[in-house]
Amino acid sequence: MKYLDEYRDAATARKYAEAIARETTRAWTIMEVCGGQTHAIVRFGIDTLLPSQISLLHGPGCPVCVTPLEVLDQAVSIASRPNVIFCSFGDMLRVPGSSSDLFQVKSNGGDVRIVYSPVDALQIARDNPQKEVVFLAVGFETTAPANAMAVHRAKEEGIPNFSVLVSHVLVPPAMEAILSSRRNRVQGFLAAGHVCTVMGYTEYEPLARKYHVPIVVTGFEPLDILQGVYLCVRQLEEGRAEVENQYTRSVRREGNQPAQELIREVFTVIPRKWRGIGEIPESGLGLAPAYAAFDAARRFSVDQQRAEENPECISGLVLQGIKKPQECPAFGTRCTPLHPLGATMVSSEGACAAYYKYRRHELAGSASPTVPAGGATP
Amino acid sequence: MIEEFALKCPIPLDNNPTVQMGHGGGGRMTRDLVEQIFVPAFSNDWLAPLHDGAILPPATGRLAFTTDSFVVRPMFFKGGDLGSLAVNGTVNDLAMCGARPLYLSAGFILEEGLPIKDLWRVVRSMAEAARAAGVRIVTGDTKVVDKGHGDGIFINTAGVGVIETALTIGPMSVRPGDAVLLNGDIGRHGIAVMAEREGLEFESDISSDCAPLAAPVRALLEGGVEVHCLRDLTRGGLTSALVEISETARLPMWVEEESVPVRDEVRGACEILGLEPFSVANEGRFVAFVPDRQVEAARDLLGSEARIIGAVEPLGAEPAMVRVRTALGTSRLLDLPSGEQLPRIC
Repeated sequence: MKYLDEYRDAATARKYAEAIARETTRAWTIMEVCGGQTHAIVRFGIDTLLPSQISLLHGPGCPVCVTPLEVLDQAVSIASRPNVIFCSFGDMLRVPGSSSDLFQVKSNGGDVRIVYSPVDALQIARDNPQKEVVFLAVGFETTAPANAMAVHRAKEEGIPNFSVLVSHVLVPPAMEAILSSRRNRVQGFLAAGHVCTVMGYTEYEPLARKYHVPIVVTGFEPLDILQGVYLCVRQLEEGRAEVENQYTRSVRREGNQPAQELIREVFTVIPRKWRGIGEIPESGLGLAPAYAAFDAARRFSVDQQRAEENPECISGLVLQGIKKPQECPAFGTRCTPLHPLGATMVSSEGACAAYYKYRRHELAGSASPTVPAGGATP
Repeated sequence: MIEEFALKCPIPLDNNPTVQMGHGGGGRMTRDLVEQIFVPAFSNDWLAPLHDGAILPPATGRLAFTTDSFVVRPMFFKGGDLGSLAVNGTVNDLAMCGARPLYLSAGFILEEGLPIKDLWRVVRSMAEAARAAGVRIVTGDTKVVDKGHGDGIFINTAGVGVIETALTIGPMSVRPGDAVLLNGDIGRHGIAVMAEREGLEFESDISSDCAPLAAPVRALLEGGVEVHCLRDLTRGGLTSALVEISETARLPMWVEEESVPVRDEVRGACEILGLEPFSVANEGRFVAFVPDRQVEAARDLLGSEARIIGAVEPLGAEPAMVRVRTALGTSRLLDLPSGEQLPRIC
C-alpha cells in the first residue's frame, strides 16, 4: 500500500538497525515523545531490533493519558445533564474520571456521541438548536487547529448552543519540564512528527541548545522511527545537540502557518495540569477572551471542580521516563486496560496499555522481567 | 417462487404503511403480516401449515443447534443487510460445527413505525440468503414494541444442522503442529458497516464480506481433510477467534502478519481511524485448523483467496498465547480488545 509499505520494509529496517548498532559505542537513553510512536514501537517490536545499549523511554505525548482527572469529571458532569449532547473523540469515552466515565454516562441515558472531527460536533449543534452541544477539545498541537476552527466558525455563524470543554496541552513545555528535572535520564528526543507538522520546529532549537540535547523530528512508521533513532544516536556519538528533521515528507521548519494563526486567534497559552505529572507553566491552551463565551466549563459552572489521583498509580513517573510500566506493582493485576488505575493504562497509546497489549507474555510470571527497551531502570 | 415475490411486496407500499402495535397483537393484523410478508418470502412445506412449530423429517447423524441475535445498525450497508446477516450468521455457526445447515427459525422484534418496505427488504434478503445457503426458514415469531423501545428490527435466528462427518470439530481437537488456514481477506464487513453508520466517505467502496460458509466447509470435509477446528470471524475479528481457540485448546500459536490478506482500502481506513484490521468484524470469513500434512490440499479446496496464516505450537515454557510475527521479523502478542475498538484522537 502506497505511503505505508515502503516505510515498513523489513530489509531496510534491518539495514537501519545495523547502522544504529555500528554507530553505537556506549549506552544512550532516548525518549520518543508521542504516544503514536510508542504504539508503533511496541506493536512492531522496533525496540527489540536495537542494540542493547539503546534504551527507549516513552514520553508524555498521549493526549488521552495526560488529560487531567478534573477535566474528565467535568466532562462526566456536563454529559450527564439533560438537554446536552456531549461529543468526543472515541478513545476518551473509556477514560475513567474519579467515579465514572463517559460510557457509563451513555449507558445511564446521557446523549454521548463519538465524532471524528470537532466540525462534526458543530454540525450536530446546527441540527439541534434546542440542545446544548459540547465538544471535548483535548489533544496536543495536532488537534488544536481543527478544534480552533470549530470554535471560530461557531462564533462567525453565531451558533449559541455550541461550546467546548478545552484541555489542550503543548509539547515543548513538557519536554522542558522533563529536561529540567533532577531525575532526568533523557539524553535525546524523537520529537512528535505530527505536532511539528502544525507548529514547525523552531521552538525546539532553544531547548536543544540550552540542555545540549539532540532533538530529531520523527514520523510514526517503523522506518521513520529507526531513522529517527539513527540520527539521534549519531548526534549523541558525535557530541552534537541539534534539531534535525527526519519527517521531511510532512514537516517544514516553519510548520503550517495558517493553522498556527488560527490557534493564536482562538486560544491563549495558559498553565495546564497534566494527569500524572502535575501543573506545568505555559503548557496548555485555553480559549482566548474573545471566545470565552464558548467555554463549556464556565457555561455549565464546572470550572471549580478538583479531583485527586489514585495514589497507587505511578503514571507520572512512567510519563517522565523515570519508571517502566512493568516496574509498577499494580501492572497487569490491579491495573488493566479494562480497569485502569490511571493515565498510561487508559489509552492504546499509553505506555502501560501498549506493554499490556503486546508484551505481557514477556513480562508475566518472571521474577526479573525482560526489559525490551534494552536496559532496566536502576 | 423467489422471483415471483421479488417483483413486488404484497402489501401495497404506495401510501408508505408502517408497522403498528396491532401487527404484534396476535389478531388479524398479525395474520396479515405473516401471510403477506413472511409466508410468500420463506415459502416451504414445513412452514406452510403455520402451526405452533415446524414438524421436521428425521435426520441421520448428530445434530448441531445454535442461535444468534442481530441488532446491527444501520439495517442496510454495502454488500449486505440485517436480513442476509441474520441468515448467514446462524448458517455459519452451524457450518463451524461441521454441520450441514438444514432449518432456521426467525424471531422478529419490530419497532412501531418501521416502514413496511424496510421490513419487506430485510425479509426478502433473508429469503435470498436462505436459498443461497440451502436452508429453510421453517418457523418464526413476530413481536412489536412501542416506538423508541427498539431500533427498527431486531432478529433472532436459531438453526439446526446435521453433522455428516465422524470428526469432532472444535478447539478441543486442535493439535500442536496444526496449520491455520484463512479463507480470504479480512475486515471488510466491519469497515463497511462503520462507514455507513458514521457517514464516513472513502474514495473506494468497501463492501461487506457477508457470505454463507457451509459450502467451503463441506468442500473441506468431502475433500477428506481431517478438520480439527473451525471458527468464523465475526465480532472481534481474527484476533478474538485465534485468542479464544488458543485459550480453550490451551496451546500457543503464531500468525505471520504478512500472510493475512487485508485489502488496501481496509488497511487505509484502519490507518485513518486507528483501528487494528485483525480485530475488525467479518461475516464471511473463517479459520480452519487442519493437520500440516493436508494443509496444501485444504487451501486448494478453499479457493484462490485462501491463505496459510500460521500454526499451532506445542505447549512448552510459553503460556497458551497467540504471537504475531511482523514483517520486520519481530513478534508481538495478539490480545483481545478491551471492548469496542475506538477510533483514536490522532
